[in-house]
Amino acid sequence: MTQPATPAQQDAPAAPATSAPDRSGARPPLGFRLDVRNLSLLGVLAVLIAVGGFTKPDEFLATSNLQLVLTQASVIGVVTVGMTFVITSGGIDLSVGAIVALASVWATTLATQEFGFAGILFTAVVVGLGCGLVNGLLIAYGGMVPFIATLAMLASARGLALQITDGRTQMVTVESVLDLGVRDAYILGIPPLVLVFAAVTLVGWLILNRTTFGRRTVAVGGNAEAARLAGIDVRRQRLYLYLLSGLCCGIAAFMLIVLAGSGQNTNGNLYELDAIAAAIIGGTLLSGGRGTIVGSVLGVLVFTTITNIFALNNLESAVQQIAKGAIIVAAVLVQHRTLRGAD
Amino acid sequence: MPVPSRRGLLFGTAAVSAGALLTACTSNEPKKSDDAAADKAPVADDKPGKAVTIGFAGPQADHGWLNAINQNAKSRAEKYSDVTLEITEGSNDTAAQIGQVQTLINKKVDVLVILPADGKALTQVGLQAMKAGIPVVNLDRIFASPQAYRCWIGGDNYGMGLNAGNFIGEQLKDKPDAKVIELAGLDNLELTKQRTQGFDDALKNYPNIRKVARQAADFTVESGQAKMAQLLQAQSRFDALWNHDDDQGVGALRAIAQAGRDDFLMVGGAGAKSAMDAIKAGNSVLKATVLYPPTMAASAIDLARALGQGKGVSGMAELEIPASLTLYSAVVTKDNVDEYLPTGFN
Repeated sequence: MTQPATPAQQDAPAAPATSAPDRSGARPPLGFRLDVRNLSLLGVLAVLIAVGGFTKPDEFLATSNLQLVLTQASVIGVVTVGMTFVITSGGIDLSVGAIVALASVWATTLATQEFGFAGILFTAVVVGLGCGLVNGLLIAYGGMVPFIATLAMLASARGLALQITDGRTQMVTVESVLDLGVRDAYILGIPPLVLVFAAVTLVGWLILNRTTFGRRTVAVGGNAEAARLAGIDVRRQRLYLYLLSGLCCGIAAFMLIVLAGSGQNTNGNLYELDAIAAAIIGGTLLSGGRGTIVGSVLGVLVFTTITNIFALNNLESAVQQIAKGAIIVAAVLVQHRTLRGAD
Repeated sequence: MPVPSRRGLLFGTAAVSAGALLTACTSNEPKKSDDAAADKAPVADDKPGKAVTIGFAGPQADHGWLNAINQNAKSRAEKYSDVTLEITEGSNDTAAQIGQVQTLINKKVDVLVILPADGKALTQVGLQAMKAGIPVVNLDRIFASPQAYRCWIGGDNYGMGLNAGNFIGEQLKDKPDAKVIELAGLDNLELTKQRTQGFDDALKNYPNIRKVARQAADFTVESGQAKMAQLLQAQSRFDALWNHDDDQGVGALRAIAQAGRDDFLMVGGAGAKSAMDAIKAGNSVLKATVLYPPTMAASAIDLARALGQGKGVSGMAELEIPASLTLYSAVVTKDNVDEYLPTGFN
């Protein structure tokens, strides 16, 4: 699993500066670059694929399984892209799972479903944005610590979701929404949800690596005071970041509605932890100032692949959880070891 | 939590009230499904008797079946003019529920009905109530000590598995080398183990059938979809599926439809209305569901009322209500679905 040291050393000087807040318009080098952390994650993924292919060659390597793994990674993947931005800025969003739940149940109420496909999509996105707005206002302008503000949102959004559903499962009856999840809707063999995931990833990568907004996000996370002195409106930047996370949750909620064909207040359970874990093993610093979309997506894929391999081999859920924990530790340890050589 | 700033407070209040307003606007009232079936079976006598205050403490209704439990208890209590129901906020937190039961004891209710989040953990508070002279009707999840309750009423988890297994066994008995798979519920609940045990014991009656896979979901639609999708990928051919819970079954059916599979029969569990509708329509793999009826909550209110009034159960020779009642896990199929449909919960 250990990566050769050469690419690491080449990579290190060009890696995004973590402490220099504003690079006054200096564009990062064009062209796609995989840094050492991503390479080690790719290594983990390769090992997992080898394990899957070895234990269950027929089932694991089938096209239908690839489609399944990517589909299952899609919902949490979109949430993780938003989370990566927030963590990069030095914040945290504990409310993502609750926002997904609230958006998904609000979008599937009988009243909303009367407006069909557009009504469901619109409601999911607006509820996501609305929750993100409240988070952002509380944190950026209300001066609340992100941990506390989003914890409060976690509690109240889940509560509201429970109140709306009254504990019931709200079945979706809009055929055009349900149709998006079935095989007939695949485009060139790719499920539409996976395409949404890919699009969100691409847009997220472009924003973080190729725009002023992205550089400001890194700057705020690296040193908020320095960023403020450099002329960045830190508060507005924070507001936008939580809005962005809320938007991702809204999109994810719609994807979950397509996948599950229903809205339930238990939706998105523990997404916050999964998204944080994926971002962290992807190489985003929990203290802020460094974030990688590619790493986060690889992190999500690692977790989904593990789940898939375990299910194919019919392992118990207790064993699955233990192994998941072990792999988080292993992935981070591998990164640290590789990085010690690099930095 | 630290004291929020004035502005923070203002935003928070605005957000919460906006949310509340919006909830009120987007109404979500499904068509009324009154527990018509629960009304059919009168217990003791329906004529008003001595006034009884019943304290009800249940878990948080974040799941279709648990919600139906609360609804059944409430509407049954409303039916009796001599019953006052003191209901606490449901909670999945053991410590919080203990506090709620203690509050009901302090209020000196006449009888307690308790559906504990965890039966073992609430045994002590059950004992407290009994010592305080308040008889306890223990609903569903059983206390660790018989001294902690006067009467237990609940479902038969082992029987669910047994009846599901026997139903599947009868369907597949002429099929050599038949394969079945199991989509279980939350693995850290005692009831999940009992359901699986019953299922496995039933399958022993049919040597031609082999259980080839078992995965545990979380009783949620989302987990049902995800785990079922994996199972379908892992098992290219099997003949029957037993799913422990109809709520997660919504997700399982979705995964089955998404994979375009229809080469097996599926048996659900609990008795949700959506499952019964699907059985009745007969256009999916779902052919049966094994009941775990939430009407037990209405029966618990009946028993609590009889206890409070010192009466027995009509139709039985005994002067007192029984110490324990286990419901039957009937198998609902297309043939008898009309009979059970009114008990189906949303």
